[in-house]
Amino acid sequence: MITLIQLAGVFSMLSLLAVGGGSAVLPEMQSLLEQYFQISQSEFVKAYGIGQLAPGPNMLVVLIMGQLVAGLAGALVVAVAFFLPSSLLCLFAGRLWLRIGECPWRLAVQSALEPISIGLMCSGVYTIANEALTGWRSALIALIVGVLLLRSKINPVLLIFAAAAASYFLF
Amino acid sequence: MNDRRLEATATISLRQIFAQFLFVGAISFGGGIVAYLRELLVTRRQWVSSDEFMVLLSISQTMPGLNAVNLSILMGDRLRGGRGALVAALGILLPGACVVLGIGTLYGIHGDHPSADRLLAGVMAAAIALLATVTWKLGRRALCATKSLALVLLTFVCMSLLKWPLYLVLATVLPLALFLYRPSAKNAE
Repeated sequence: MITLIQLAGVFSMLSLLAVGGGSAVLPEMQSLLEQYFQISQSEFVKAYGIGQLAPGPNMLVVLIMGQLVAGLAGALVVAVAFFLPSSLLCLFAGRLWLRIGECPWRLAVQSALEPISIGLMCSGVYTIANEALTGWRSALIALIVGVLLLRSKINPVLLIFAAAAASYFLF
Repeated sequence: MNDRRLEATATISLRQIFAQFLFVGAISFGGGIVAYLRELLVTRRQWVSSDEFMVLLSISQTMPGLNAVNLSILMGDRLRGGRGALVAALGILLPGACVVLGIGTLYGIHGDHPSADRLLAGVMAAAIALLATVTWKLGRRALCATKSLALVLLTFVCMSLLKWPLYLVLATVLPLALFLYRPSAKNAE
């Protein structure tokens, strides 16, 4: 029970700190999960990786984190804690904003948040890459997938499956 | 004008909203949800105009939380109020949530298997490529202007190298960024 309350606390805080999208809180999520729930960085990155196989918002992977900590109940608590606070805030702030109309400060806030959220996403890339890129083989796979993602319209899930098959034979 | 809007959207049922968002939630892989929503809601169904979509999108990007979920909330609210927001958010999240929980359950069973680890090494390599390319696509503009590049680097250094907690990073960088982008400084960029 204590664990579930802690999970709810951690993920509702992350929900409200997720400026510019969910990926921005990846490094913070990793360090908090390690600190409070003994989820190692390697477990975190593996869970993040397999979470990318699911459709929809990519941060749904938080459900796997909750599941790792406290089973199905953990997943449900995390789902509510991570999605409800920011959604309610957005609902009411959005209504207020539409009523007030466009003001110069909203644009200022949006421009100010953009580089911060990109910086945080770069930190997310750094956190995941530290664990995911273990040598030339994984770097090669990442490079090929990256080029294909930018240059072709192949469904990302197919690329993930192909990468899994390739690494099965390479490693 | 408000009345005309209400008239036009009064015919859209909660079930229709749920179905549209459920569809996008089920077919959008590797991000790009916003593009799917625009295609379906603006181009095909014409539930909102392109301008209105952009307004809702920019609000959803300003607020904390996932852009796709925030956009669903605002769009649902615009179409059918609070209940519309609820069904839209559930629709966008449910398919992925079921898949994620299914994968999580399998992973729990097979997690320690050495051959699963060999597969996972490739999955992780692909996941980092996915995250890096999304970051690049979203960040290309911010990375190419001096002012924003400095803020990107400052955020990254505080978060990843100095390992500050996130609230401290935001409390430090956000006031600075707001100062740099304050309304009167608009023509400085």
